[in-house]
Amino acid sequence: MTAGTTGAIGEGREAQLIARILAGEKELFHDLIRPYERMLYLTAFAIVKNEGDAEECAQDAVVNAYRNLARFRGDSKFSTWLVTIVVNEARQKLRKAKRSKEESLDEPLEGEDKEYTPAPLTDWREIPSEALERKELRETLRKAVADLPDIYRQVFTLRDLEEMNVAETAAALGVNENIVKVRLHRARIMLQRTLAPYLKTTAPARKGFWGRTPWS
Amino acid sequence: MELSCKHVWAHISEYIDQSVHAELREEIERHLEHCEICSAILDSTRNILVLTADNRTFELPLGYSERLHERLKRELSGEGTN
Repeated sequence: MTAGTTGAIGEGREAQLIARILAGEKELFHDLIRPYERMLYLTAFAIVKNEGDAEECAQDAVVNAYRNLARFRGDSKFSTWLVTIVVNEARQKLRKAKRSKEESLDEPLEGEDKEYTPAPLTDWREIPSEALERKELRETLRKAVADLPDIYRQVFTLRDLEEMNVAETAAALGVNENIVKVRLHRARIMLQRTLAPYLKTTAPARKGFWGRTPWS
Repeated sequence: MELSCKHVWAHISEYIDQSVHAELREEIERHLEHCEICSAILDSTRNILVLTADNRTFELPLGYSERLHERLKRELSGEGTN
């Protein structure tokens, strides 16, 4: 599992680092962003859907964050501030790409009254995490996430891959908390529908992998 | 009142996040005790979330971190171009 975005180095130490960077120890910026490298990439990737572009967005976001660090007031978490920057970078890149391609949006309408029902199963067995050593399984999971409609994939990435909370996700994407919850619910149901039947047939028989412990 | 499966599905995401209120939570749990389908749906959904969140599922491009810090290094030394 990821370390989350709560700052692997702790918010107190993070605030100290920021103060020292602003006072001139700029090299410390490397340490400041290290816990967020993965978050930067995954967030950008969820928006631009391309490895090269996602990496470029992550780099641009880091440079931008450095140049604007004095504007970070500390009334939000550094991670939230940083993720907002990378979301903006990625959206700008997407807009530029779309302008040149004149592509239509493939996003479903928010009010669409489609049913989001999970795939019914009875004899579900958990897939042990060792199964991820299989390349094919990783690819299947990645494809299922990639195939989510954009707005659902973005919320899913922030909430479930980066473990940001509802408020942080809402702030980063510029939507309200209820929209985050609705989109997350739909994303999870869609993934369950796509993946559960597949995983069920490929799951080795093993019980008690993680039982009923809360996932979060 | 007995919850329907559909009702349980509608709250499955919030249930996983432990953000349903206590009363509904109890009703869902009562339903799960006897409904194999909903139990399997809940377990499969949680399992999928664990698997997708695993760092091995979404790997960073090889050399990503090095290139990121290299770019930052150029910026810090004043050679940053944009």
